[in-house]
This record gives sequence, structure tokens and C-alpha cells, in this order.
Amino acid sequence: MTMYPEVKAETRRVVVVGHGMAGSRVVAELLAAKPELDITVYGAEPHVPYNRVLLSNLVAGKADEQSIQLLDAQLCGTSVKVNSGVTVTAIDRESRTVCASDGSRTPYDALVLATGATAARPPLKRLTCDDGELLTGVVTLRTLDDCREILRLAAEASERSGRPARALVLGGGLLGLEVARGLVQRGHRAEVLQFGPILMERQLDEGAARALHGALAAVGVEVRLGTSVLAVAGRERFQGVECEDGGFVPGDLLVLATGMRPDTALAAAAGLPVGRGVVVDDLMRTADPAVFAVGDCAEHRGVVHGLVQPAWEQARVAAQVIAGVPEVAPYRESRVVTRLKTSGIDLASMGEFAPDGTEDDTDVVVFQDTRRNLYQKVVVRDCKVAGAVMVGESATLGTVTQLFDRHDPVPRDRRLLLFPLAATAVGETVLPDDALVCHCNAVTKAEITAHRGSDLASVARTTRATTGCGGCREAVAKLLES
Amino acid sequence: MSDSSTPPRRTATHCPYCALQCGIWLDTDASGAVTVEPRNFPTNQGGLCQKGWTSVELLDSPARLTSPMLRRNGRLVPVSWDEALAYVAERCRELQARHGADAVGIFGGGGLTNEKAYQLGKFARVGLGTATIDYNGRWCMAAAAAGGGRAFGLDRGLPFPLADVGAAQTLLLVGANPAETMPPFARYLVAQRQAGGSLIVVDPRRTPTAAQATLHLQALPGTDLALANGLLHIAIALGHLDEAYIAARTTGFERVRRTVAGYWPERVERITGVPVPQQRRAVQLLGQAETAIILTARGAEQHSKGADTVNALTNLALALGLPGTPGSGYGCLTGQGNGQGGREHGQKADQLPGYRRIDDPAARERIAEVWGVPADSIPGAGRSAYEMLDALGTPEGAQGLFVLGSNPVVSAPNARRVEERLRALDFLVVFDFVLSETAALADVVLPVAQWAEEEGTMTNLEGRVLHRQRLRPPPPGVRTDLDVLAELAELLGSKAEFSPEPREVFAELRRATEGAPADYSGISYERIDAEDGVFWPAPSAAEATPRMFLASFAHPDGKARFLPVEHRPAAEETDERYPLHLTTGRVMQHYQSGAQTRRIPTLSEAAPEAFVELHPDLGTRLGIAEGDQVRVVSRRGSAEGPARLSDAIRPDTLFMPFHWGGRGRVNSVVGAALDPVSKMPEFKITAVRLERIAGREGRQGP
Repeated sequence: MTMYPEVKAETRRVVVVGHGMAGSRVVAELLAAKPELDITVYGAEPHVPYNRVLLSNLVAGKADEQSIQLLDAQLCGTSVKVNSGVTVTAIDRESRTVCASDGSRTPYDALVLATGATAARPPLKRLTCDDGELLTGVVTLRTLDDCREILRLAAEASERSGRPARALVLGGGLLGLEVARGLVQRGHRAEVLQFGPILMERQLDEGAARALHGALAAVGVEVRLGTSVLAVAGRERFQGVECEDGGFVPGDLLVLATGMRPDTALAAAAGLPVGRGVVVDDLMRTADPAVFAVGDCAEHRGVVHGLVQPAWEQARVAAQVIAGVPEVAPYRESRVVTRLKTSGIDLASMGEFAPDGTEDDTDVVVFQDTRRNLYQKVVVRDCKVAGAVMVGESATLGTVTQLFDRHDPVPRDRRLLLFPLAATAVGETVLPDDALVCHCNAVTKAEITAHRGSDLASVARTTRATTGCGGCREAVAKLLES
Repeated sequence: MSDSSTPPRRTATHCPYCALQCGIWLDTDASGAVTVEPRNFPTNQGGLCQKGWTSVELLDSPARLTSPMLRRNGRLVPVSWDEALAYVAERCRELQARHGADAVGIFGGGGLTNEKAYQLGKFARVGLGTATIDYNGRWCMAAAAAGGGRAFGLDRGLPFPLADVGAAQTLLLVGANPAETMPPFARYLVAQRQAGGSLIVVDPRRTPTAAQATLHLQALPGTDLALANGLLHIAIALGHLDEAYIAARTTGFERVRRTVAGYWPERVERITGVPVPQQRRAVQLLGQAETAIILTARGAEQHSKGADTVNALTNLALALGLPGTPGSGYGCLTGQGNGQGGREHGQKADQLPGYRRIDDPAARERIAEVWGVPADSIPGAGRSAYEMLDALGTPEGAQGLFVLGSNPVVSAPNARRVEERLRALDFLVVFDFVLSETAALADVVLPVAQWAEEEGTMTNLEGRVLHRQRLRPPPPGVRTDLDVLAELAELLGSKAEFSPEPREVFAELRRATEGAPADYSGISYERIDAEDGVFWPAPSAAEATPRMFLASFAHPDGKARFLPVEHRPAAEETDERYPLHLTTGRVMQHYQSGAQTRRIPTLSEAAPEAFVELHPDLGTRLGIAEGDQVRVVSRRGSAEGPARLSDAIRPDTLFMPFHWGGRGRVNSVVGAALDPVSKMPEFKITAVRLERIAGREGRQGP
């Protein structure tokens, strides 16, 4: 397979399906690389593109809808045709045309699928009504409309009962925890129901999960581990869940946070190879060289990421290939760093954080403070960060992340991976005679103490000490007194 | 101790070096010996650094040039002024006749007085009729000037007096190390701290300035733009926007708001390495302050995204309602002595005096009238500094060049290439008072007066126009730049007047800038002396502008502009062969290319050579000990010096000062990537590797 295909010079019309974080990025990258392209974008949601990563802030009331809106091509005064609230229903690869829910047909030279993912529905009894819709009071969290619905249901329940709403969150992963924390910040109650024995089991080890559990408890998020939910209770409206052990957990609303499923129906119907996602090569091309896929709907080398950073990297690659940029650097699998974005709880997880303890070349640096729910662990192999998991505020997380991202060697003193450099304060009692006291004028301690007993002004005149930035004034005065 | 019977003659003037332009006394005793003492001037308040204290040593330096020199049989030999200038005029005529008017160019400097900067621009356009003129300030101030121009409609380094800096509750310094680069400025930081203020410093190194900070954000080099966007993101989330100000005084916020929506703290942490809690803390300190000032310097600006980085920070300042609000604001710390005035009066390829644009027909008419020439005889815009030097000696570029107030062999980016282009010239003439590395390549070297030997004005980093007094006339054999330009203009047959007298040139500059953005028409030498300097714009003798933009910004609608800007990688990313970042800067003892300060014994003893600062961990990994000779290698060239181990620098980053030529010339390593907006070269980040050459004792010969 050639890495740098000759892009057909006639590529002029580009259609982007999906106007979320990946789709809007594709448009921005296309405009940056080749502004004269004729671009049409379809967005199923009737909104301007917004930052999905920040939806949990919206739940928490830490952001408003306006503040999570992303730049779109229209605001920039470009000629990009944006169709919001319009769904693409079919792709005719033969004639290179897409058909949309508004009846339009749009021809393309290049097509980018950025259809994203939809929230998975767990196999619970009575989860849906006869019409296939979720029972009233049950919501997923994927879109802005979902977010509005969660807030509406919580507010409504609280109004009805005169007490904070009680939300159940099914799934103790990143999204579930963020929304639970957000609801608590809004003044509601939230309980996370986790099937597995620990929270965020794909990202945390046991120690980290315990610290997280403690931190969540401290901010009022309840967690129920090892809970296997079988059915939903409630006829007209959600009332609670029934568990395998026979228990019943009552609640006003249920948020489903059990994962995402790549949205591949359109690609599959068009006959493109689909695994978990739409299969793409290193240049984000599907089996049809005129069709690209990026973001949550794409499967690259067997991996579907479901995160924004890989989506944006993929958007750039696809846009550059389409724009005919010479020697596009192919997409390489992104290094994934998971961050919990919720105030009061810092959490990060990356790479391989649970070595099996048999490798000689692997070192583990750990700090744990069970009272303060701190847990910091860095796995080092070949002097590089192979992975890390950190719970609780960390001053070194930025450094560890960059070492991981860039494959840079770790500090020789590995404590520095967990604790920032303590500033070394030198008291004047230990200051040697040749130590500089006034840096601006290179005056040593000995030169100043030689004038012991004189006043500051005369020392300044003879030695020039204190006449630069003046920061040494106090130190000089003390030396003169001593 | 002093002999009171013969009081010294006192001359009130300013230090010759940086843009702070500290007020000093020059005292001449009966024997003619000169000593320096700091003056209690509003800027330096009696402070002075080692460079200022030793500044008079250069006046009588044995390195001083006192005769014109002409290259004969490969060697520079002394000749008379008449012979030297006749030769220069003849070569100019010959090259221009053969290759066209633009074949002779001028490379100026940000240390030249306003009068000289003005006269040089006029000499280029009228004396030589060439479009080929730019100056070394392009490598200092271009990104800040472009960014300030885009945001506010006009760039004056600090649009407020220094006193505001000392009084601000929160200060954010981005890529600035004034504790070493302009020590007396740090008095304002000390005062600010003592008054209970907070200082936030963004720098990849824990510099002496960063060490004083309330909060040091040690961002990866080249990521200040992302950090600024991230801080604005948090400011929006935490509700620190000044909504009324944004509505009344700015345009374009919507696009910026939606751009920074993509810069959430965790993403910014990953790009910059600055922990999320530190980002939040910085925003709280800025957002909760009654008065806050954001300052940038070369660390933020000398990048291939320099202007965009400046605008990421002007966006933050505007969102918080700082610019044009008394006590608050955005500013840049100008570096060179007349870095401010030098960028206003026509040394720039695209400018006419007073910050007028050379492509503005009205500006051309006005200046043509002052110069007494037809407007269509004034050439259009020429190439920017690096582009001009890069083209020297090629069919597209100049074949002859004048260099004044600059030493590009040491200070230019991609310096090996620039040196090669200077050597390829048909004709190089250098005005200098010592034989700098660039003068050593010249065909003609003209010995000119130093700072204390001629009068003029300088505009400091606050936009305060200062009077540089003459202490004494130049020594025999030495002439002033203005005098030489006047005679050359005559030899070249110029129709326009070129006065050799600074006061006459200043009078013409006042006329030329009347009604211009940088309006000096109300400023006189007498007024400067009476008022401790005058802040431009000063459209009449009664007016001055210590604080700009209080009522409106300089765009036609009076509003400031938000500009959406996105993070992008450096022009040159690290890879397996070049795994480290190199960043460059100054040391306290030296100024610019070091042509002056390296010739002052006190300073050259304190800081004798270039060095490579690296983290001890990196040293251990590469087997490098303190003092070992090491070589920094990039895709273009290398530079050498002893290793200095310091945990003040990131383990993935090296630092080298840029004051030396020869083997220690770090600009041989630095690349030529330019900012598309301002043409600022990317001095502050280069991908390099580090090699050990020899141990401390076993130093190899050159």
C-alpha cells in the first residue's frame, strides 16, 4: 500500500457526514489546507458543533451551553454549506452521491464519515416502552439534548417531591462518574451502580479505585460496587432498578453510562467493511479511496478510540490527504491518556499501569495516602514511562503525561515523578564568602561584610550592591548588621 | 573622598544598552576621567546594572576604531574619509546601474537613535532609492508589533507607564526574564511583591525572575499560545469575563470564545505540561485582581507563531477587560535600547516615519512632501530582515549592503547561511565603532561615534521619548552616522536635504510624524528635559500620552479586536536524531551580539564565553559533567561551549546565550522558520542533539 497516494486534482467537492467534534475539525482542517474546496457538512443534531467533552460540566452547572460551543465554518464567514438537524440516509458510492433526510442529494469527490457513536443500551428488562423508546426517566448521556433531558428530569423530580432528585447512574466508568458528580454539584443525589468489583476497571488498579471511591464519597457521590442490575421498575415513569441479588434501588431517574457503540450503519449499508467501527487505513481511507472515516466511528488497526484527541489527529490526516497536501504524515496510534474532568477529583490513567510483577526491567514508583485518598503510581520501563495512574491533586501529572507522550527518559531521582522539585532555600548562615549576594552587580558576601557597620547607601556607592534590581537590599542590610 | 574644590562636570543622560534606558549621570573630573552614577529617573529610580555601571569603559576602549578602512588585497587598511566615502558612493552607483536600485540595501538596528532610524529610512528611499531596507528589530519586536497592531490598531510596547507594573495586583510575565535582562526593571517586581501583589511567570526555565514568582508555570517551549487559550477557557468557565467591557470596547469575541472552547484544562495540560490546578490558580489570580497586567517578551514572541501567541494573550487581556483600563493592561517588554523608536520611523521594509504604512497613498504623499520628492519616487515595501539577508548576492537579492548598529553575523538566525550570504556580496560597508564580526567581513568599515559622543532621542519601552545628551565630541578620525549619511547623500547626488545635526533631523522627524499614529510633533528636546521624557503620541506641545487606549483603541471603529488563534507545533519538532529542544537568551553581563559588552573587561571576565545549560539528569545520561566541552547540533549547524548543569531547566531542553560568535555562535544552530504574520524567526525553539567533545581539562583547540 502506498503511503502517499496521488490525490486526484479534481477533488473539489467534499461532503462531511457528522458535525460533532470530529466533523467540525475535519471542516476546519480542510479550510486551513485548501480554502477553495466546496464543502458540505451534515449534522444530525440541530445545534452548532459543541465540545462533547464538556457536557458533564454542563450537568454540573459549571458551564453553560454557550460556553461549550465550538467554532464552525459558518461563523468564520466561509462558503461551507452546513445542514444542521439533517441526517444522511444513504451513500451511493457508484454515483458518489449522498442522500439526506431533507430529500437532497449531494455529489462528492471525497466523503468523510464522522458519524460518531451512540450510547449503548444495556439488556435490562422493561428498559424500553413498546414503541422502542426508553422508559420516561431513563436517559443516555451522549448529546446536548440528553444533557438537557437529564437536567429537566432531575429538576422535575425535585420539584415534585420537594427534595433533591435521586439519580441512579448505571456504569462506573469515566462518563458515569462525571455525570454523577455533576448532578451532586447541582444539589441532587447520585448513586453509581457498578457491575464490576472496582470503579473504572479498565483504567484503574485496585489502589487507585479505592482512592477514587473515597474521594467520591467525600464529595457526596454514592457508589454501589458488584451490582448486577437486571430490570427497570416503573410503568409510566422510572422508579428504580431491580438487582440480581433481589435488592431494589429506588430512584427518580436513571442515566445509562454503559459505553458507546460506533455509528456504522450508514457505512455498512453502503457496503464498506465494518468491524467494531468503519475500517480505515493509516490515511483514514476506507476500502473506497473516495470515502474516509474519522473519530468515534472509525476503526484503525483494530482500535476504536472514542476519545477526542485521536479524533482530531485523524481529522487532520484525512483533511490533508483530501486537500492534496504533499507527504502527509500517516496517522499513528495515539497514546491515550484518560482524565476525569470533574472539580475536586483529579484522576489520570495512561498506558500500562498494572505490570504483572515478573518483568525485571520494570520499576514501579508508588505513593499512597489512604486518609487523603491520594494514589500515585508510575510504571517505568527502560527509563521511560510505560504507564501511570494518579488519583488526587498532583503537581507532576503534566510532566508525567509529557514523558509518556514523548517517550522521554524519566528523572534519575524517581521521586521527582511524584513530587515537584522543592526549591532549595539557602540560609545566609551557610552562605560561603564567595557567594554572590547582589547578582546584578556581582557582589559577593565577603565584599559586603568587609563594610560591616557602614550604612546601606555607602555600601551601595562603593560596591554597587543593591543598585540593580534591588532584590538583595534586605540580605545586604542583614550582612551589614551581623 | 572626592576633591570638592573641582566639582565634576555632570551630564544627565541614559545608559546605552537596553530599552529601560536607565537615567545616569556621567561625571567628568578635572583630568577628563569619566565615571557613571545612576540618576533618580522615573524609570530606574536610582538603579543600575553591571552593564550600565561599566558603560563608560567602552568610550576609551583600545578596541575603538578611529580611521576608515578599505579592503585591499584581502586586508582592511586605513584610508582617509574622503577616499572611503568616494569609494562607497562609486560602488553604489555602479551596482545600482548594473542591477537596479534595489541592488543596494541597508540593514539597520534597534539601538540607533530616532534621528538615525529616521534618516536611515530616508537615505534608503531617497539617497539610494532602494526598497531594500530592514533592521535587526525585526528579530526582536516584530511579533509583538504585529500582534499589538492587530489587537489594538497600534503597538506601543507598554501602553502605560512602568509605575503601573509596580502597582498591579497581579502580573503575568510570559517568556520574560527581566531580573537578568534588565535588572533595574525588577525593582518594580520587588515593589509589586512587597505591596502584596502576585507574580505569575511562564517560562520553561526557572530563571531568576521565575524564582521570585508566586506561581511559576514551566510550560514546554513553544506552547504559550495553547496555555493562553487554556487560561481564557478557564476564565470563561469561572465567570471572570468583563462582559460590559467586551460589549463596549471590543469586537470578535464570539469566534474566540468558540475557539477556546476546544482548550479545556486537561488538554492544555497535555500540550503544555502545566498542571490543571496551576492553570486554575493563575486564572484566579488574574481574574480576582483589581488591577492586572499581562506582559510578553521574546520567550513568547520569537516563534514561527509569535504574532498568534501575542494575540492569544491579548485575547485573554481583553476578555478580562484589562487594556485601556487604568492600572491594568497588556504590554510587551521591548529589548533593544531604541527598540521602540527604531520600529516607528522607517527602518522597517514596510514602513514610513511615525508608524505610517509604505503602501498607504496618503502616507506616501505626506512623507514625500516633507522630503521634497515626488511620492511615486518612494519605493514600495522591501523584504523582511531574514528574507533580505537570505537573498544577498543572489540574482533576486541585493549585491551591496550597508550595515549600521547591528552585527548580523552573530545575531541572525541560521547564522552560517547569513555569514555565507554576506561573504557573497559584491560590496559590504559597515558603520561601527569596534571591529565586530560583521565589520570584519566588510569591504569598507566606517568608524562612527558612540552613544556619549552625539546627541539624540531614544524611545524607551514605555514609549517615553528620552534625550541622550552628548558628553564630549568623538575622538579624532571618528564621525557621526548622521554626518556620514549626509555626505554620502550628497555624493550620490540626492536632491533632498540630509542634515548632519540631530536637532535638525528631529525637527524634520516631528514634521514627518505629525498626524501619524506615532506622533512626535509636540515633542522637543527642551520639553523632554523639563518633563523627564515625553510619552507619544504627543500631537501638540501641551499633550502627551502616558496611558493609551483609555477612551478608544486605534482601529477605525475605536474597538479592540479579538483574534481566534490555534496552537500549532514548532516549525521543527524533535525526533530521534534531534531529541532535545534548544532555547536561547541573554545573560546579565552582555547585550545583544556582545560586540560592545565583550570588549568591556569587567563584563567579559564575569561572562567570558558561551555555555550550554542542561539538566543534571541529561548530563548523567549523556556522560556530561560540569565544565565539559559540549556541542549542540541541529539540522543546520553546531555551536560549542562548556556544559553548565542546572536543575532550573527542563531535562528535555537546553539553553544557550546568544552573545558570542565563532564556535560559541548559537545562531548557527537556530533555524530560519519565519512567522507568516510578522516574519519573526523562530529563535526560541530548535530541535537539537547534544554531544560531548572533551572533558573539562582536555579542551580542544579551535
